Amino acid sequence: MSAIQEILLGPGWPWVRLLLYLVGICAFVGANAAYLVLAERKGAGRIQRRPGPNESGYAGWLQPVADGIKLLAKQVMVPPGTDGFLYRLAPLMVMAPPLICLTVIPYGENLVARNINVGLLMVFSLGSINVMALMLGGWASRNKFAVISSARIVSQNVAYEIPMLLVVITLLMVTGTMNLNEIVQHQAGWFWHWNFFKVWVNPLMPVTFVIFFICMLAETNRAPFDMAEAESELVAGAFTEYGGMGFGVFFMAEYANIVVGCSLATILFFGGWQSPVVILSGPIWGPLWFLAKMYALVLTVIWIRWTFPRTQFYNLLNLSWKILIPVSLVTLLLTGAMMKLPLLLHHLF
Amino acid sequence: MTMKAAFLEVYRGFMSLLTGMRITLGQCFKPIITVQYPRQTLKMAPRFRGHIELVLDPETGKSLCTACKLCERACPSDCIAVDGAKLDGQKTKSVTEYKLNFTTCSLCGSCIEACPFDAIQFSKDYNKVSFSRDTFSHMDLVKRLEERRKIWAQQRPAAPPAEMPMPGPAPASTPQTQEQKPS
Repeated sequence: MSAIQEILLGPGWPWVRLLLYLVGICAFVGANAAYLVLAERKGAGRIQRRPGPNESGYAGWLQPVADGIKLLAKQVMVPPGTDGFLYRLAPLMVMAPPLICLTVIPYGENLVARNINVGLLMVFSLGSINVMALMLGGWASRNKFAVISSARIVSQNVAYEIPMLLVVITLLMVTGTMNLNEIVQHQAGWFWHWNFFKVWVNPLMPVTFVIFFICMLAETNRAPFDMAEAESELVAGAFTEYGGMGFGVFFMAEYANIVVGCSLATILFFGGWQSPVVILSGPIWGPLWFLAKMYALVLTVIWIRWTFPRTQFYNLLNLSWKILIPVSLVTLLLTGAMMKLPLLLHHLF
Repeated sequence: MTMKAAFLEVYRGFMSLLTGMRITLGQCFKPIITVQYPRQTLKMAPRFRGHIELVLDPETGKSLCTACKLCERACPSDCIAVDGAKLDGQKTKSVTEYKLNFTTCSLCGSCIEACPFDAIQFSKDYNKVSFSRDTFSHMDLVKRLEERRKIWAQQRPAAPPAEMPMPGPAPASTPQTQEQKPS
């Protein structure tokens, strides 16, 4: 046990550690994609008062396996007239960023593949690559629906990157570090020490979280902001020309991105691996708390998808430019003021 | 729009989103209302019109039809062919052959209206598939009645199985209807 702990958590054995985390993260992403699809379909079913997939295996538990076999059995075809290189590259590029992002996410106190000081920055910079990869996929497909979808993805992500980063800057001002593990350690103690509840730092903290969550939905192209894959308007958006596992990888990446986004929300607002009740913490409970919080957010994402209809595109941009960006600027200013006010008062009196 | 109205609109909009989410969450924990079709089926409505079938007399297990051919005459599509014979020791004729060409039947119900003995009715059978059109162009209703009679006989084992009058040669080629029998 201690040997495993040493390899996984300690500084020694760097190559073994790297390999283990690589395999672990890949398995985590794969399993997540498979079973979140099932959770999504089951959740959709429950909300619409039907059982969802229930034929393969007990209560449909083997549905992801069946889906996977079906996708793998399909031919990966490059349609004539497309840019073959970019067309094949896009699924890989869309899959890589969430995989890399997961290396800096602290799952437990010491359970992090690479504890780097600019983890937060890295997650956001790679998040932008994801957008570019989707755009490339749509562009390379040489399909008008896919190109329209690409244009939508770019304008949507440009619009929502801004309030998201403003919100993150607010949090950075509070925590003063970009190291994700230190951000979590900053929220130690009872649950009211989580950033979400720190209204004495900034009375708009819950609003900040709502902005972050909305932006996260928009960045991952999830309903109600799934303009990229608006089935009723654009067939399958940027993925129209993709079939078989090429399409499957886009889907996996979507769920991996949701996991990354929800992990980030957990770390930034809900104390990551911290226990809400001080007790029940430690190397075993930490990751469990983290996963519980993360999956609660993931289920909320699914819940939102099956509650709200798709927004119209101008409403989407209006929401960002007219509401989210001003409000996030206000929270930024308010946080700055709240932090400097005691200092000012101290100087004056 | 004043500043206050703008804020109020955002606030109300957000609250309406929360209301929507509360409703879907509530639905999520209510029981399932869909019917799992191949395993469960709904009882068909009494006025549902399937193809016509001979009525099985629950007392005798026989058909009520006397082969009067009024239905044949009433049929606007000319898709019914009835034949009957007088059996030994019976005063009325009994149906021996009742062929329905379901491909031209418009389910108008004139035959059922015309029948003086209420011997035909609409079946509630909607699971009808076949690979050949012969299945539906020569539906043998007497044979179908015979199948139902067997089930009827099984369901009341106390009663002596009444012999179905079926003289004459059996129809040469009556393709079996492929049915998805809901279990």
